[in-house]
Amino acid sequence: MGEEFKIEIINPEKSFFSKDNIIEVVIPAFEGEMGILKDHISIISFLRPGIITIYSKSGEEKFYVEDGIVEFTNNNLSILTSSIFNLDDMEKQKVQDLIKVAEEESSKPGISDQLKYLSEKKIEVLRNLN
Amino acid sequence: MASLDDLKKRITSVKSTQKITKAMKMVAAAKLKRAQESAEKGRPYSQKMNDIILNLSSSISNKDNAPKLLSGNGKEKVHLCVVITSDRGLCGGFNSNIIKKAKSYFSKIISENKELKIITVGSKGHDQLKRIYVDKIIENISFKNSKNANYFDAEKVGKTIIERFEKEEFDICTIFYNQFKNVITQLPQAQQIIPLNTENVNDSESENSYDFEPEEDEILGNLLPKNISTQIFKAMLENSASEQGARMSAMDNATRNAGEMVDKLTIEYNRSRQAAITKELIEIISGAESL
Repeated sequence: MGEEFKIEIINPEKSFFSKDNIIEVVIPAFEGEMGILKDHISIISFLRPGIITIYSKSGEEKFYVEDGIVEFTNNNLSILTSSIFNLDDMEKQKVQDLIKVAEEESSKPGISDQLKYLSEKKIEVLRNLN
Repeated sequence: MASLDDLKKRITSVKSTQKITKAMKMVAAAKLKRAQESAEKGRPYSQKMNDIILNLSSSISNKDNAPKLLSGNGKEKVHLCVVITSDRGLCGGFNSNIIKKAKSYFSKIISENKELKIITVGSKGHDQLKRIYVDKIIENISFKNSKNANYFDAEKVGKTIIERFEKEEFDICTIFYNQFKNVITQLPQAQQIIPLNTENVNDSESENSYDFEPEEDEILGNLLPKNISTQIFKAMLENSASEQGARMSAMDNATRNAGEMVDKLTIEYNRSRQAAITKELIEIISGAESL
């Protein structure tokens, strides 16, 4: 075993993803991307829109998230998020839809700077997917 | 005594009612399975969310600086009660149980001379509460159009609550819902969500010191509004499972009662039929004798 730890991604409806032979996870934390390896210090942080990349023995998986909270403790990584999509299952149309929603959001009048930043970030990440 | 024809009609009508209740029971049973599953699947999320918040709040050093959603705004004058019920009836005591729980809480608040505001979610609760508390109800939210409880709806309710809190329309917020225990038992719950109840932080957790990025209060500020939506979503999931469970057992009872009624009516029908035959025979015999 050695260098592996557990991950669980939970969304409000169900436990979305869980695996226990993870080598490294890269998460888009609020203050920059963060790579998590085994025996990382316990941490709580939250996510901005971006891509979660999970490296495990069986390969690499990528997820698109819009928000969420990350907790890492005792070699258990839990990610709570209300909007997550597996990139492999994500169709072009879906990406376009999400971009449209984010664009509408960012062009709303009276939007706060933080929300504007977040929705622009969403658009940027989604555009880069294609 | 009712005539034979009347009895026959009653038997047919009870039988067709029984058919309906039986069908409703089947439908509720099928829906219950799904609702129960999603209630159970939704539990880890709200549980985890709660854990993280408890961890965070125990590590906040300066309580005065804590976000208002956590520590409250220092007053407890205006109470907001969110009563979550179903949109449909025919589910036994399901809605009445929540209302009963809520009403006893309401009268406690009123007797303490505090102000009461009510938000109802679901039309059945609104129907029952508007009779007495019509001037207290400030909003009625209904999700008749969405089939299952979904997070999007819960978020809408959560946002309304937070908006009102920021406008200082209330100081304490409590939600009322039914917790699903099993098919025949649903427990009406009152859960305070603003300010958050952090009393049951156990000390063993706080040894686990976390690294925070960004600062604790910033995370909390971001997390607490989400937690409100999450708690409401949890309540909605539990509620929909409870609703189907309650409906299933109510319809089961109704079917059984209808069956008993059909039996009783059939006996009565047979007796009066026999009586009529006997009467006719007596008439014929006595007619023949008199000749």
